Parts: sequence; C-alpha cells; structure tokens
Amino acid sequence: MSSSETPPSLYAAHEPVFPRRVSGFFRSLKWWIMAFTLGIYYLTPWIRWDRGPEMPDQAVLVDLASRRFFFFWIEIWPHEFYFVAGLLIMAGLGLFLFTSALGRVWCGYACPQTVWTDLFILVERWIEGDRNARVRLWNAKWSLHKARLRVTKWTLWALIGLATGGAWVFYFTDAPTLLVNLVQGTAHPVAYTTMFILTATTFFFGGVAREQVCIYACPWPRIQAAMMDEDTITIGYRDWRGEPRGKLRKGEVDPAQGDCIDCMACVNVCPMGIDIRNGQQMECITCGLCIDACDDMMAKIGKPRGLVDYLALKDEVDERAHRKHAPIMKHIFRPRTILYTALWSLVGFGLLFALFIRPEIDMTVAPVRNPTFIVQSDGTVRNVYDIRLRNKQGEPRPFGLSVNTGTNLSIHVEGIDGTLVIVPADEMKQVRVYVDAPKGSPESTTDRSPFTFWVTDLNSQDRASVGTIFNGRTN
Amino acid sequence: MSKKPEKKEVGTTGHVWDGIEELNNPLPRWWVWIFYATIVWGIWYSIAYPAWPLLKGATEGYLGYSTRAEVAADIAAVDAKNADLVGKLEAADLTALSGDAELYQFAINGGRAVFAANCSQCHGSGAAGAKGYPNLLDNDWLWGGSIEDIAFSVTNGIRNEHSPDARWTEMPAFGEILSKEEIAAVVEHVRAISGQEADAALAAAGETVYLDNCAACHGDAGEGLRDMGAPTLNDAIWLYGGDVATLTETVTNARFGVMPAWSEAYHPAGGLSAAEINAVAAYVHQLGGGE
Repeated sequence: MSSSETPPSLYAAHEPVFPRRVSGFFRSLKWWIMAFTLGIYYLTPWIRWDRGPEMPDQAVLVDLASRRFFFFWIEIWPHEFYFVAGLLIMAGLGLFLFTSALGRVWCGYACPQTVWTDLFILVERWIEGDRNARVRLWNAKWSLHKARLRVTKWTLWALIGLATGGAWVFYFTDAPTLLVNLVQGTAHPVAYTTMFILTATTFFFGGVAREQVCIYACPWPRIQAAMMDEDTITIGYRDWRGEPRGKLRKGEVDPAQGDCIDCMACVNVCPMGIDIRNGQQMECITCGLCIDACDDMMAKIGKPRGLVDYLALKDEVDERAHRKHAPIMKHIFRPRTILYTALWSLVGFGLLFALFIRPEIDMTVAPVRNPTFIVQSDGTVRNVYDIRLRNKQGEPRPFGLSVNTGTNLSIHVEGIDGTLVIVPADEMKQVRVYVDAPKGSPESTTDRSPFTFWVTDLNSQDRASVGTIFNGRTN
Repeated sequence: MSKKPEKKEVGTTGHVWDGIEELNNPLPRWWVWIFYATIVWGIWYSIAYPAWPLLKGATEGYLGYSTRAEVAADIAAVDAKNADLVGKLEAADLTALSGDAELYQFAINGGRAVFAANCSQCHGSGAAGAKGYPNLLDNDWLWGGSIEDIAFSVTNGIRNEHSPDARWTEMPAFGEILSKEEIAAVVEHVRAISGQEADAALAAAGETVYLDNCAACHGDAGEGLRDMGAPTLNDAIWLYGGDVATLTETVTNARFGVMPAWSEAYHPAGGLSAAEINAVAAYVHQLGGGE
C-alpha cells in the first residue's frame, strides 16, 4: 500500500436490520415452535404434582435450599448429580447430531436468542408496522408520534422480559406462593434481583443486540462448522438456476437470464441482515425465512419453488451436472449421524437404567478408622461406623439396623436404645454405630473380617445391605 | 464449494505479503466502546477497592472494603445468632443436656471443634489417646466417665499447679521401697489378675506384696479406685502398657500424668469458657465410652 492513502477504518458502525414480514411453511413452523418452547418455559412451574403432605407439590422444582431437584415423579439428591451431568452430555451430543444432520437448526428454530428475538420483532412489527414503516420511523426525526411508538414498544418488551425473569424464579420455589409474595413486595430480594437482571438482559438481547449476539458473542457459530460436511442439510441458493440474475420486465423474456429476479425478498426478510445468495455464511442461522420469501416470489412469477432451499452441498455438484441428487434420508443417515445417535442413546439408556435401579433404601457405611479399633475393659474389640440412611419418601420411615447372621458381632447405635432409627421424610440421617466382637472371638483377633450391614424398612420390610470390614486386634 | 464471488465487496487493509491480501472485516464499533468501558471500570475499581500494592500493604480504596473485615463481620453475625444457645449451654444441667436435641447437637458440634483445637494434641484427633494419654473412646475412666466428671476433669485438669481443685494423687516410686525381687513378683501378680500370661510361682509370691503395698489404692482384686485416680489393673486396658518391662518401670518409678486445667480461671494462656467446657464434655461423653 502507498502511505499516502488514508487507512481504512478498523471499526464498523452497526447497521440496523429491519426484517420484513413473511409467511410460508417455515414461518408457520417457527411460530409453532415458538409457542411450544415459550409455553413450556412459562407454564411448567405452574404444574402441580402430589408427593405427599411433607413434600413440595410443584412438578418441576429446583430446591436449592434443601438441595433437591424435583421433576414430576423423579427426585434427584445432590449425590445423584451425575444425572444432570448425563443430561448435559446428552444435550451436547444431541446438538452435534442435529448440526451434522440438519445444520444450524438449533440456531434457527430453538435457541432462546432466536425465539425471543422473533417474539420481540413480532411486537415491533405490531407497534411500528412492517419493514418500510420501520425504516421510515428509524430515519424520522424524534416527534411525539415516534416517541409514543417507541415507548409503547419498549414497555411491551419490558413486560415480556419481566415475564421471562418471573418464570425463571418460579422454578426455584413454590410458584403460587412466590407470585403472591412478589406482588405484595415480601419476596426475597434475590428473587427481585434475578427478575430485574433477566428482564434487563431479555430486553437488551432480544430488543437491541439481536443478531450481534449470534455474530460476535456466541461461540457456537464458530464451532458448528466442525460438525458439518457436504451431506449436512443446510440453506443454500441455487445460483446455477438463479444466475445471471436480473429484473423481470413485463413482456420481455430473456432466455439467458436465470430465475433470480433480484427482488431482494430473501434479503429483506433476513433477521441476520445477510444475502443468502452470497453462499454459506457464518452469520446465517438457517431460520428458513428466505426460503418462504423466495418461494412466494417464484409462485408469483410462475417459476418452480426452491431457488433458495434446504439442500446439501453435495446436491449442488449433482444438480450442476444435471443428475438427480440423493434423497434427503441418504444425507441424514450416514456414519457420523449414526455415531452421534448411538452415543446419545448410550448415555440416555445408561441414565434410564441408573434411574430404574435406584434403590428404595439408600445406605452408605463409612468405617471410622481413627482408631481402627477400640479395646474395652473386658477385652471386647469395638469398631465404629458412620452410617447414612436416606429416606427418599414423603413420610418418616423406621429403619432397623442389623449385621448378618453367622458372626459374633453385636451392634448398638449411639444415643439410641436398640437399633431402630427413624429418618424424617425426604431427609438423610447419620448415625454412629458401634460393632462389638467379644474377647477371644475370631473377629476380635483377625486383622480383617468382612461382614454385612443390613437395613430393613420396618413398614414395608424392604431390605438393603452394604458390605464392610471389621478390624480385630492382632497383637 | 465456493459460491460466486462476493457481491458485497470486502475491502482489504492494503497489506500484502507474498501476494496474500489481508481482508478488512472490521469489528463492530460497539465492541470498541465496551473495551473503553472496561478501562473506565478498571480505573474506578482501583480507586474504590484495595488495588495498588505499596511497600507495606496496598491502597485501601475509598469504599474501605476488606475481606478480613467481611470475615470478622460474618463471625460476629454467627456469634450473635448463637448467643442464645451459648448462654443456654453455659447454664445447662449437663445430665439433662441430651434431652434438648437442638442444644445437644450444638454442644457436640462445638465440642468437636474445641476438642480438635485443644485436646487432640495429646488425646489424638480420633480421641484414641496414646501411651500415657488416656483413650477416651473406651469404657474405662480413671476419674469417672459421667458427663459431669468429664467436665470437672477438663475444668480443673489433673495434677497441675494452676487449679486448687485439680485432681491430685501421687503413686509412690516403689523402687525405693521394694526390692527388685518383690517388684518382679508384684508385676507377675498384676499380669495374672489382668488375664495375661504370668509365672504362677512369682505371681503367688507377688500377691502378698500387692496386698501390702498396692491394694490400698488399686483395690484387693485390682479393681482400681476412682477417688484416687488409681487405674483398674484387672482389665484389658493399659495406660502405659501391660508388658513386663513397662509394668516394672511403672512400679519402680511410678507415673505422674498431668493435664492442664482448661478453665479460663486457671489456664495460664487463656483456656476455655464454661460453654466450651460443657461442649467438649458433651462431645467426649458421646464418643462411645460415656457413662
């Protein structure tokens, strides 16, 4: 470069995007998915589930204070957190699967950023009108009219944000009680703070930042390319059919001209503000709205649909060579997606299996090895064990402790007459258990004698056992 | 799978190396504003909070924040929250302590910490003791194993000069009183009554020596005497050891186990409050040997 030129600016101003309204198959699909996902999000905390008088009756509840996670009939304790880890692994593998099969469907249809932005744009269009009206309003000087529209829009956005933050906090405590407290102003400050933060971030990300989040803040667009290949179904422009593009003039038919009439419909509806005809782009979230827009236009000029369409990059080679391209299922079912499905199912079945073999009675035995044994004055050798009994049911349960028969061992529990331990509903109770081997018995003089603790639910007669070791005195 | 050339021209920065041009894809300007905002934030933060290291310490920050003060405030808050329980524990009737579940649990938890900080050095972190330091887990007690006896022992200690109420007895050094043969005989007798292997002839001879010299404190059958802090000799528990060499040394030179008086009134370096003593007594009492 010559030094006399002015260097180009290193920074670019933000260009606002005004997506035009569009209707069609993918737009309808997105409305349904939005209604479904937002419905799940907003309504789930209000579903009730009867677990007994001493347990919360909220179907989905993250009870941080007592460290429990409730999901309908499933209750997760802190020591079972691997279920959550497993679900996260499944979510990750699921994302890989869908991306390698169908490109960025997550981004285009299900990502909260997309869903809420879609909702915010809907509100925006409702208040300020469609694309042209919004561009005019953007360029207009501030007036009472503009201020009224803007304030109305911002108020509605803020209300949506408030509902979003509100729904979030309902997952963490009893929703009806919290709602009353929130309205009365007696809820915990953390609830208000969380709601305020989520209201502000929803407003900002859905109303202001929008596509900037996807382009600059989100790591997924950078990673997803690693999951995609030529078989991945993604959105592309059939330039071999559309080019050379040109305006369609009445009465003129230029046989050299392609199908693209350069109407910019695909560009005008794009929420990311890109031109799909430029090919694969990092900004494209594959929302499908350009397909709807182009199909609509093709129908109007009497051309077949699909100038902009879901297609695999392999199809392009076939279509250019005028071959019939492979059916969609052949693209989707390939070693890569089958592997992802297999891994995903493996984790899923593992979790289901772990869920179903969860014992009704949960006991852990921790031998106290400081010291390994205690000699009593009559020569009895004693070992001490910390036993944790978990009662995962909604009413108190009486547990009877014992050791297996065929030993000389006797047990008693610190602070309790006998061996009956009553564990309150949905709680863990730790007891210290003394195991005595009489003087001269084999256990008292053997270094390590295996034996088994048994716990019996005296109401249901369910039993569980844990094997452990008794340390004798060898010198 | 390159598509057609870009319709929207991407400019170059004008930099060329070996024919490779650097495209100019500029950052959004708001990104730069965020960068400037972090600088402003950093300046504000370093003024408001402790930041710049100096020769001694660091700048304090005009908000006066310190993690140490925060911890102190947290501790004070916990102390204030527990003040009621501490007051109740201080005045508690120890024999009825286990009837008040909340207070009892508070005492045990606090006692565990007191024990770990003050007692474990001699009695062991698991309270199993060591040679000369009694095991607190078994059912043998030199001076009594009721919760009140334990509290008294902790308060006044054993054979110390600080508390006038310290438990105090002294075993004579029999090396100056008995002949070596008599000591050897009495050692065999003690081994016999404690159920260990012993020379029957020597033990028989030792019984007379025992009854004349030892039985006053240790009892005719070796059952011990708590008023004197005299250990039981006919059981399986030994404070110093039940082998011939250790017993001979014990009889010859005697033993003089000392424990500090932990009460604030007597301890030369602080000691424990009444509530702390009650807590540690409750903790030791529920380790398995309490009476």
